[in-house]
Amino acid sequence: MYELNELTKTYETKRGTVTALNKVSLTIPTGQMVAIQGPTGGGKSTLLQMLGALERPTSGTVTLGDDELSKMPDSRLAEIRARTIGFVFQGFNLIPTLTAQENVETALAPLGLSSADRKSRATAALEKVGLGERLTHHPSELSGGQQQRVAIARALVKEPTVLLADEPTGNLDEQTRDEIMELLEGLWRDQGLTLIIVTHDSAVAKRAERRLTLKHGAVTEKK
Amino acid sequence: MFGTYLYRELSNRRKQTAIIAAGMALAIALVMIVNGVAAGVKDAQATVLASVYGVGTDITITQDPETPVEGEEGTAQQQQPRFEFGADDGETADGTTAISQSRLTSGIASTTFDADALTTAQGLDTVAAATATLALTNVSFSGEVAAPDVTTDQGTEQGAAPGEGEAQGGRGGPDGAGGSAFEVDTFTVTGIDVAGESVGPLTSVELVDGRAFETTDSDSNVVILDTSYATTSSLAVDDTLEIGGEEFTIIGTVTSTSSDATTASNTYIPLDTAQRVADLEGQISTVYVQAASSTDIAAVQASLQTALPDASVKTQEDLASSVSGSLSTASDLVGKLGTWLSIIVLAAAFLISVLLTTSGVARRTREFGTLKAIGWSNGAVVRQVAGESLVQGAIGGVIGVVVGLLGILSINLIAPVLSASAVATTVAGPGAGQGGGGNRFGDAATTAAATTDIALQIPVTFGIIGIAVALAIAGGLIAGAFGGWRAARLRPAEALRSVA
Repeated sequence: MYELNELTKTYETKRGTVTALNKVSLTIPTGQMVAIQGPTGGGKSTLLQMLGALERPTSGTVTLGDDELSKMPDSRLAEIRARTIGFVFQGFNLIPTLTAQENVETALAPLGLSSADRKSRATAALEKVGLGERLTHHPSELSGGQQQRVAIARALVKEPTVLLADEPTGNLDEQTRDEIMELLEGLWRDQGLTLIIVTHDSAVAKRAERRLTLKHGAVTEKK
Repeated sequence: MFGTYLYRELSNRRKQTAIIAAGMALAIALVMIVNGVAAGVKDAQATVLASVYGVGTDITITQDPETPVEGEEGTAQQQQPRFEFGADDGETADGTTAISQSRLTSGIASTTFDADALTTAQGLDTVAAATATLALTNVSFSGEVAAPDVTTDQGTEQGAAPGEGEAQGGRGGPDGAGGSAFEVDTFTVTGIDVAGESVGPLTSVELVDGRAFETTDSDSNVVILDTSYATTSSLAVDDTLEIGGEEFTIIGTVTSTSSDATTASNTYIPLDTAQRVADLEGQISTVYVQAASSTDIAAVQASLQTALPDASVKTQEDLASSVSGSLSTASDLVGKLGTWLSIIVLAAAFLISVLLTTSGVARRTREFGTLKAIGWSNGAVVRQVAGESLVQGAIGGVIGVVVGLLGILSINLIAPVLSASAVATTVAGPGAGQGGGGNRFGDAATTAAATTDIALQIPVTFGIIGIAVALAIAGGLIAGAFGGWRAARLRPAEALRSVA
């Protein structure tokens, strides 16, 4: 479960201080599927980075389970990201020089598994997202939808409790978008994940149990 | 994962890998060649020095000549050799008198000093062995002049008609017209302690014919010749040679143990004999010292300098500067241009490596940001970047070693010939002077000069290869450190934001 209490994040720019999040308080129960919408610059990605332990708040707290993320050292945050949180990005963010299987294995590298374990788990994850035949393909040899499936396999191979997706269908056509969303929903249901999706796409947002809107750094709940 | 990722990155970014490796290889090859040439030049200098100072000599002790005070006569040993002939000297035949004299001298610019210096050196605990020599020059004057009685006769016949004298049998002299003709011959003579110490000029020679000195040769008129001198002077074992006006029996001929060098002197005679004939009793010109430990040479030099404050105490390193000729030019070239060129190319290679690595990290911001987002620690990312740089440096190192070895092999095959000379005792060149009743000649020749042509050979040592490997690793580590530092500073949120 996530608990955000009076969460504020400001950035110093040449034009002055920009408030990306303004005293956001929020609770996200374990296993919930949440969609976050809002205009560009409204603070969606910043909120996702706070939830993903990638950024520390200017003030307020972020708690994941028993861990208060805002006060942890970098090394501990890296460990939480390695074990508990999975990320899916709009641009897939695969490493171009590695094969699909090797890309998935990168998520297991921090866990200290043996090479054989990494390979077998990566293969299983790719089979689960329907890419069992594409293990040795490089990203440039895969379609956008297939690359996003590899990215999802990479996010889920370590069996996290939280999956954070930043515009996961932003670069895909409608048909592929639906396929990816069905895949994510299936995994969410099967694995009991907490799934938080940032999206501009209302069709994607409508699939979520809960919809939040972020505007000028403030969160409103959409009933 | 580390190895797979590293291999994939380097093989997929071949251009960058090739540029870094090529730059590193060029620098390393250059450093190897410059170091190799420096070692080769040093060996060549050592060969030249060994031919003069012998093998195993760590330190030499000499005494610098004193500047003569204007209006004062120099010391006996500094005076130019005089040749004085009396009216009855020489053999006269057909109105011509043949005269000949030989002088053994230390020369005007050479200084001899008391042999107590040897005892002082031998008395030091840090000295393993020491021996003394006396470097001399033998100057022989021979010629023909018109017989005195002929010129006297001419004086009594001053009133005679021109041409009358010639009609009575000529005016004497080699040209038959009252003229003179002279020859001056010089060769170097070194007085050697026949006890056979383990240092000194004869340690770098080998016997070609006859025998070496024995202790029973002390104070005997026996001489050993340098083979080259013996050949050019048509002398052989059992012949005799006049030195300082005395007859010496040739007991052996020697040559330098180095195929490239001549020996230090034309002739070698027992030290006490040399002192007696040159009228320099108890005098020596050089002490050759071997330190007990090669690491103590500087300390031994300091001790000797303290014990002998008026002496000039020099190590082999100091003496290397006395080597002149194209070898010296090569030494300067390697020492200055080569070293700076190596440093510049090395710095450029390191800089290119650092710039390409850091720009590579900048280009891979999304990649490293993603890796950090999925749980890679800073250390893991830094290790990856540093590992890639290290391998690029190592590839450059291997290529550099191969290119460097090929360069060294090429130089060794070409074997450029360098000329070199080292002078143990400098003496003024030939001079001349005329005295009243007799003939007086200035000082002549040089002593103990080994002039030789040496084919440069670069030694391939583990040290040179070790330097190359160390540089490759250092280059990789430096580039990796900069790249890793940049990657470590990368905050995942910023990296991902820059992508978004």
